[in-house]
Amino acid sequence: MSGFRMKLIYLYSRYERFWHWFQAALIIILLVTGFQVNSGYGLFDFHTAVDIHNYTGLTWLIAFAFFVFWMFTTGEWKQYIPTTKKMLAVIRYYAYGIFRGEAHPVPKRLDAKHNPLQRLTYLSLAAFLLPVQMATGFLYWGYNSWASWGIGGLALEFVALIHTACAFAILSFLIVHIYMTTTGHKISAHVKAMITGWEEVEADEKVEAWEEREAAQKA
Amino acid sequence: MRTPKLKHGFGATLVVAVCLAICWPAVASDTEEEAPGRAMAHQVVKNQALWNTTAHSQHAALNKSFNSGKEITDACLSCHNQAADQFKQTVHWTWVAGADHGKAEYSLNNFCISTNRTADKGCLSCHPGWGMKKESINCLACHGQRKINWGEAFEDYNAFSGSSDVEEREIATEIQADIQAAAQAVGLPGRSNCGDCHFKGGGGDGVKHGDLDTSLTNPDKTLDVHMGIDGQDFNCTRCHTTVNHNIAGRLYTAPAAAHRKSLVEDDLTSKIMCESCHTDKPHKTSAKANDHTDKVACQSCHIPQFARVNPTKMSWDWSKAGKRKNGKPYKTKDEFGQFDYLSMKGQMKWEKNVLPEYAWYNGSIESISMKDRINPGEIVTVSRPVGSREDENSRISPFKVHRGRQPYDKIHKTLVAPILSGPKGFFKTMDWDTTVPTGQKALGLPYSGELGFVDTTYVFPTTHMVAPKDQVVACGECHTRTGGRLENLKGFYMPGRNYNKWINTIGWIAVLGSLVGVTFHGLGRILSSTRNGRKEA
Repeated sequence: MSGFRMKLIYLYSRYERFWHWFQAALIIILLVTGFQVNSGYGLFDFHTAVDIHNYTGLTWLIAFAFFVFWMFTTGEWKQYIPTTKKMLAVIRYYAYGIFRGEAHPVPKRLDAKHNPLQRLTYLSLAAFLLPVQMATGFLYWGYNSWASWGIGGLALEFVALIHTACAFAILSFLIVHIYMTTTGHKISAHVKAMITGWEEVEADEKVEAWEEREAAQKA
Repeated sequence: MRTPKLKHGFGATLVVAVCLAICWPAVASDTEEEAPGRAMAHQVVKNQALWNTTAHSQHAALNKSFNSGKEITDACLSCHNQAADQFKQTVHWTWVAGADHGKAEYSLNNFCISTNRTADKGCLSCHPGWGMKKESINCLACHGQRKINWGEAFEDYNAFSGSSDVEEREIATEIQADIQAAAQAVGLPGRSNCGDCHFKGGGGDGVKHGDLDTSLTNPDKTLDVHMGIDGQDFNCTRCHTTVNHNIAGRLYTAPAAAHRKSLVEDDLTSKIMCESCHTDKPHKTSAKANDHTDKVACQSCHIPQFARVNPTKMSWDWSKAGKRKNGKPYKTKDEFGQFDYLSMKGQMKWEKNVLPEYAWYNGSIESISMKDRINPGEIVTVSRPVGSREDENSRISPFKVHRGRQPYDKIHKTLVAPILSGPKGFFKTMDWDTTVPTGQKALGLPYSGELGFVDTTYVFPTTHMVAPKDQVVACGECHTRTGGRLENLKGFYMPGRNYNKWINTIGWIAVLGSLVGVTFHGLGRILSSTRNGRKEA
């Protein structure tokens, strides 16, 4: 990848980065303890696993509300609008171009952090998978109040089934997601960007003057 | 211009830490709060001192010479003139509980089977009348605080008191003093009074219940948090509250309490249930255990094992009875020093620290009687807990299940009961062919003469020997895939035990697929970049 002129743009705000890592930590804790509750095997005794899972889950639920608020007040929700434009190009890139050393067809920009594939993935996550997981988790947690909530007819087995299925989907996402962080121009580039907020992009990409910074170059 | 700095990472960590600290207050405050159920129960027992307005030793009625047990009872009744009428209506006296139920009726078990409507005189050693008879009440069986051998005492006294020998008359005077002292030493029933029968039911210490044996006469708190003499030192009647000599407790199909009520809801309710004093939300506010009380009985978690000090009998095989060595009956002992074989009784199995079996239970026990037809093709449930998951009054409760193999009539298909005690009883003769007919005759029930043996089960609710809270059953002992305490209770979803095979299989395939996918993708990138590198070079 060396040889391209690189520039740094400030892509991820402080809250966004905090939210990313905070949610990552919560999800990993939830996966570890959740699969213990599901299987009976794991790091903790059942009681501890349940306690950690419940408190972490409730924390996630509250924190997620802040994320939704942030997304709408900042207009960042627009980053999640799905598009088919260049979708095929992106798919082709990851399936083929990446092995040929080609450039990414949709480089990151401040007003388009996500490529079309990411948009679709993250929209499914943030608007569907994670809320469903939180909702079923909350229901599971409130099992003893179902009758007073007027949903006494619901079966725990059904809620647990959806909750487990979503957990598997999230775990699969996590694996692919972590792997995808290595597909930047350097293996650690994307992770570094999510820590510092500054993403290195190719300089010939048009960036606003205020967000531009000369990169200390050469890989 | 802003520069990326490491301190953003620190900032984020700090915020995470603060968030966690805010969200975990319940964990931090665990040590401060006393569980409400404990606080409530402590209030109930805060003033344990009993007070008396009489000293029985000073009553004239009790300072006279007694020639028989009946004379003592008459002395008691001379003041307590309603007591006999009350007591004679209770099941402790009648041994009758509704149609066909009761020891004196057609109830049976898989120990000594039946009292043959009290024709088997040995059984009457537990009847609270004088001299193995259902005539005069022996008040001292329950109220006597000083134990003497009454039969022997009266026999010797009556033999010696009229003697011409001075020494014998002196002995008689001493015996009479003992009798009077024992007659004057009366009070509320203590653990040893109730225990005389209830600890030794079935013919010996710990034979029947498993959660009731002589280790509870003077237990420590580790064995029973309530009765422990180093703690609350409860008597049986602390929970088995009594009205007109009727002692609260389960009676065959009649539950110990019709409703789950605490003293908070009804201050005149009996204290027979844990919830009476501890309420139905006894644990700390956030404790998941409070969510269990609608479906799981307190005893299920708080009595991790029964028979924790003395062993209890777990099985009794009557079909092995009657063997002889060198023409004589014999006995063998097991690791606990208990008889595991007796020619007169058969094969036994004793166990200690037994894990209960669990069943849905609404407080009623359904049992068959000597009259009921059985199916010898399967294990006969002589008694079984009544309840189901669908019944809102049922909760998962612990039981001792005693397994037996006992005689039955192959033609009439009923269980049969031999006479056991006495010179012509089975214990002496070891002969089914004579003792079963006499036993059945006493019951007024037919016997074909065709004897067989059938496997049976008999249940005891486990409710005593409540362990200290640090010994409660851990969540994982039930919430586990296999081998859990509730493994045999089917038909409901229990987290940790149940899961959906399809979802789990597909799920792990997806996870594995993702791992394999990214691994190959990554390997492809490494290989192609080296190749591209070579090309460029």
